[in-house]
Amino acid sequence: MSVLVYTESENGKFKKTAFEVASYAKAVADQLGTTVTAVAVNADDVSELGKYGVDKVLKVSNADLKTFNAKSYASVLKQAAENESSKVVVVSSSADSKYLAPLLAVNLDAGYASNVVEVPSSTSPFTVKRTAFTNKAFNITTIDTNVKIVGVSNNSYGLVENSASATAEDFAPSVPTSGVTVESVDKVTDKVTIADAEIVVSAGRGLKGPENWGMIEELAEVLGAATACSKPVSDLGWRPHSEHVGQTGKPVAANLYIAIGISGAIQHLAGINASKVKVVINTDPEAPFFKAADYGVVGDAFEVVPALIEKLKAFKAANA
Amino acid sequence: MKILVCISHVPDTTSKINFTDGDSKFDTNGVQFVINPNDEFGLTRAMWFKEKQGASVDVVNVGGPETEPTLRKALAIGADTAIRVNTPAVDGYQVAKELAKVVKDGGYDLVIAGRESIDYNGAMVPGMLAELVDANFVTNCISLEVDGTSAKAIREIDGGKETVSTSLPLVIGGQKGLVEESDLRIPNMRGIMMARKKPLNVVEATSAETETSSVKFEKPASKGAVTLVDADNLDELVNLLHNEAKVI
Ligand SMILES: Cc1cc2nc3c(=O)[nH]c(=O)nc-3n(C[C@H](O)[C@H](O)[C@H](O)COP(=O)(O)OP(=O)(O)OC[C@H]3O[C@@H](n4cnc5c(N)ncnc54)[C@H](O)[C@@H]3O)c2cc1C
Ligand SMILES: Nc1ncnc2c1ncn2[C@@H]1O[C@H](COP(=O)(O)O)[C@@H](O)[C@H]1O
Repeated sequence: MSVLVYTESENGKFKKTAFEVASYAKAVADQLGTTVTAVAVNADDVSELGKYGVDKVLKVSNADLKTFNAKSYASVLKQAAENESSKVVVVSSSADSKYLAPLLAVNLDAGYASNVVEVPSSTSPFTVKRTAFTNKAFNITTIDTNVKIVGVSNNSYGLVENSASATAEDFAPSVPTSGVTVESVDKVTDKVTIADAEIVVSAGRGLKGPENWGMIEELAEVLGAATACSKPVSDLGWRPHSEHVGQTGKPVAANLYIAIGISGAIQHLAGINASKVKVVINTDPEAPFFKAADYGVVGDAFEVVPALIEKLKAFKAANA
Repeated sequence: MKILVCISHVPDTTSKINFTDGDSKFDTNGVQFVINPNDEFGLTRAMWFKEKQGASVDVVNVGGPETEPTLRKALAIGADTAIRVNTPAVDGYQVAKELAKVVKDGGYDLVIAGRESIDYNGAMVPGMLAELVDANFVTNCISLEVDGTSAKAIREIDGGKETVSTSLPLVIGGQKGLVEESDLRIPNMRGIMMARKKPLNVVEATSAETETSSVKFEKPASKGAVTLVDADNLDELVNLLHNEAKVI
């Protein structure tokens, strides 16, 4: 009956979202009066999960699962859910979790709600709040099936520490062959990704050209942030498509979103509105972004950004 | 190759989102509907297959009669036949089930859907569909080549991309990158005229099975006014972010 949670890792280390979904699963388990079981695939040290409320870890070690494969991973989770007789399965909103969840839903005959931002308001009927209309609204939805899958929106629940300790158990599911073979992975490993980032520094057409992104990258580095951009910036080829955020790009649910030289068009705002604190830096005080932001600086990015970098460096030095 | 493109009929990105009937229904008043942007990239890629590799391209929507102008637009862009499964879309699973029937009945080799719809944002229909028809599945797809029954695709992942090889039958969840923004086609007069004569087949729904129910909608709480900080006083901004917002 325990709540099953898929805790994602990379190169043996848990991602931050793993701790967030574990915290969420713990809250749901408390509501249901049950425990939390995590599934960890090829992770080195699983004890850390206990800190976020996990009681038991099903440790899967299998060379065939070295690269993520939706079909194989969905099958592993299905076997784990059946093993635990789980009625609720919790996953994150990472690209990988969103890839496997619909497959798992069909295999478990489970209803699936994605982009869920709060713990269930009721467990019977099982009622969750999810974003819809690309963050322009929320939808309250019930999941009516016996087994339920909840996809938790990134940074929506946060990390909640619990003083439990997790026991580990080896779990050896069968791994089916998948009709999709990963040939190569091309991934920047030394940069924070938009999906995982707590802070995102984003710039728009106001920056005039790709040669001016040095200061944006520097600001991001000082803050430990990911870099992003508006749609025209990626359409013009100034920045890679993978940095395009907004309604038709990547969604951003960061704790802090800093928009530099971005006007704040409705399609841009829709995609980033789930971020908690928004800062805008723009020469035009009439730019629509000022209506959506918490803090704003009316000024020239070419002066404000370098100055802000210096102030932040000083702040970091003082608070180190 | 027989291609089916799944078309979600969604409010234009500039739409103001409001609700009626005690916040239980989306208020369509004054809203312009369009082909879901992710599906538009997929449809354009399908037209490329049609023109360069001799594929047939059908489009499908699960929805009421109000979605027909959106399907006609897809025909005007160049699809051969449109299918409308005559039932309101209630949840992702119900839509996937209806689409699965269309895919099986039509014997499609390649199904191109979008990564997600911009109204429901489920990111679930294509994966569920793939599983229901036992096809291979690649989502967040930003490049797709098909050679006979083999396919090569590039998928966006968090922080990079991944190249995969797979085979037909295949379902993809597509997005920008599948074709570039500048490749998207606006229907011309000739396309619009031809679309009027192309078949738009209405088929009845088979199952009304759902797994989730929408209870109601809420709008985000309205925000307080922005706090402006002088460009010469950025210490104050750092201070506010640290002490007030507590984000640094
Ligand atoms: C179907 C559709 C989908 C879309 N989806 C998206 C989406 O997902 N994401 C997205 O971002 N957009 C999207 N758009 C585009 C959107 O409508 C806007 O065109 C876009 O967001 C504008 O980008 P921008 O703010 O960078 O550029 P602009 O609108 O050109 O704004 C530039 C801003 O920079 C400011 N500026 C100029 N110089 C400086 C300076 N020196 N210092 C500081 N500020 C300066 C200007 O005052 C201005 O506000 C979509 C549009 C459509 C039609
Ligand atoms: N009612 C529908 N009719 C046809 N295709 C749909 C429908 N709803 C969703 N789809 C397809 O599934 C994709 C993902 O939708 P969703 O799961 O709602 O995010 C869309 O981009 C469409 O390609």
